[in-house]
Amino acid sequence: MLKRYIERFSWVDFLLKLFQVLALAAIVIGIFNTLSVARYSSDQWVTLIFAGLAQGSIYALIALGYTLVYGILLMINFAHGDVYMAGAFTSVFLADSFALSGFLASHPVLAILILLLVAVTVSMVLNVIVERVAYRPLRGAPRLVPLITAIGASFTIEYTFRGLYGAEFHAYPTVPALSGIINIAGYEIPRVQIVVLVAAVVLMLGLYFFVERTKIGKAMRAVSEDKEVARLMGINVDKVIMITFAVGGALAGAAGVFNGLFRPQGVFFFMGFIPGIKAFTAAVLGGIGNVPGAMVGGLFLGVFEAVGPNLILEGLGIPAVNQLRDAFAFTLLVIILIFRPQGIFGERLAEKKA
Amino acid sequence: MAAMLEINNIHTYYGNIHALKGISLTVEEGEIVTLIGANGAGKTTTLRTISGLLKPREGNVVLEGEDITGIPAHKLVYKGIAMVPEGRGVFAKLSVQENLEMGAYSRSDKNGIKDDFERVFALFPRLKERRSQVAGTLSGGEQQMLATGRAMMAKPRLLLLDEPSMGLAPVLVESVFDAIEQINREGTTVLLVEQNALMALSIANRGYVLQTGQIVLRDKAEALKENEMVQKAYLGME
Repeated sequence: MLKRYIERFSWVDFLLKLFQVLALAAIVIGIFNTLSVARYSSDQWVTLIFAGLAQGSIYALIALGYTLVYGILLMINFAHGDVYMAGAFTSVFLADSFALSGFLASHPVLAILILLLVAVTVSMVLNVIVERVAYRPLRGAPRLVPLITAIGASFTIEYTFRGLYGAEFHAYPTVPALSGIINIAGYEIPRVQIVVLVAAVVLMLGLYFFVERTKIGKAMRAVSEDKEVARLMGINVDKVIMITFAVGGALAGAAGVFNGLFRPQGVFFFMGFIPGIKAFTAAVLGGIGNVPGAMVGGLFLGVFEAVGPNLILEGLGIPAVNQLRDAFAFTLLVIILIFRPQGIFGERLAEKKA
Repeated sequence: MAAMLEINNIHTYYGNIHALKGISLTVEEGEIVTLIGANGAGKTTTLRTISGLLKPREGNVVLEGEDITGIPAHKLVYKGIAMVPEGRGVFAKLSVQENLEMGAYSRSDKNGIKDDFERVFALFPRLKERRSQVAGTLSGGEQQMLATGRAMMAKPRLLLLDEPSMGLAPVLVESVFDAIEQINREGTTVLLVEQNALMALSIANRGYVLQTGQIVLRDKAEALKENEMVQKAYLGME
């Protein structure tokens, strides 16, 4: 028994196991310490959780774009974060003028719908163009090649926007109708967070319905399983891929406006980078290629990075935990990739027939 | 009247490999025609060229008098060609029902599709029982039924079948071939590629024998069964 164990011993496995145990121990000790000194009230926790859910729903919307494209083309569209930026950036100017003219205050619902429409259209069209220009000509090329054009597309979009609108920061105006708080079971939640969360969930349910029930949605699933057989069914594979990019882009554009309502600051040409990578993390977390996985992964990541630093790191005696939010989220990505590369919902990452 | 399918002097390449070296064949309306031959003879390549998955470098494919050479596969479905690919190719993560719906992707006549669902379920009652099951969980025989039923959902006039007997127990092979005959009796022309030459020749009207990308023999199915060379090479008789 022991002999066998020694024969099969490998340092890599041992270190991974050790790392796993240490990570778990750190989490448990951190949570225990934080909770035992009752550093935060339940009010504060609920505030963090809802902020996390609202942020997470934005990640989820972006993550869906990654996961839909991966499901069909087995590639990561690294320009997706910039597609999100494009929608948010274009709408900010319209939002400003709506705020100045008073339209945003007098007709908030209509104004936000128009903003959404503009952002969705811009992101959708842009994503379709990216697919047409940067990916379609490379279909059948080795998988590393479209990855490089994806990075090229990403820079092209970023610096085109910088060239068009400059490098300054812009901010969404506050919407009077969305400020204020809602009282849920005795806890006070900012209204905008609830609205963003509900709107994002509605969009996600819509997407789920689209993929599961409609003819095009079924065709998308068929194409993701086997392109050649899909063609034999009469499905125009290029068209389905285009629709996939359009849908992913539309969701990213909507996420851009939601983000502007929720966190008005920080609209500039590079704003898509961090949310893009976070949403990618969320997609991997849920199991890339898996639609419900991206939704759950996004919400989970949002809550995890909102609550985690306070809950775990603070208990370990680490100062200024809120600044470690991003590091915390990406540590999560590393841990997932080491221990559960297939994600929560377990769709296999192994190479399938492309 | 023009034949259902006529291919003239087709040359198809995989990269630099010359897979089909001038194949010509005809399929008349209402027939079952079979292509037999060893592994690598070019049977599958011939079907894939007809269905538009591959483009021939030379020669042409004519469907009911219309030249369809080089038209992509997804458009040919609308012209009445359906294919059951080698290895069945069911969508494993889609349900049986959804697989059949995909078969009818090219159609928009709701009532006609409904009738064809009933027709497929009458032909393969097992599929009706497993309607909501995910196709990946079906047995090999059931998957073959599903792939065949799915091709029927396109309401093709010409059905291309690639090795429907592959990997199936003899009992199942027989029921699959019964179904093919039934489909043919209901008015669909069939071009069948098979390694199981005996089964194929027993339901076919005519047959072609392929060897290394060329047709070496063509005749009525009964005559091929009696042919000495065919008996030796493909029917395992001495």
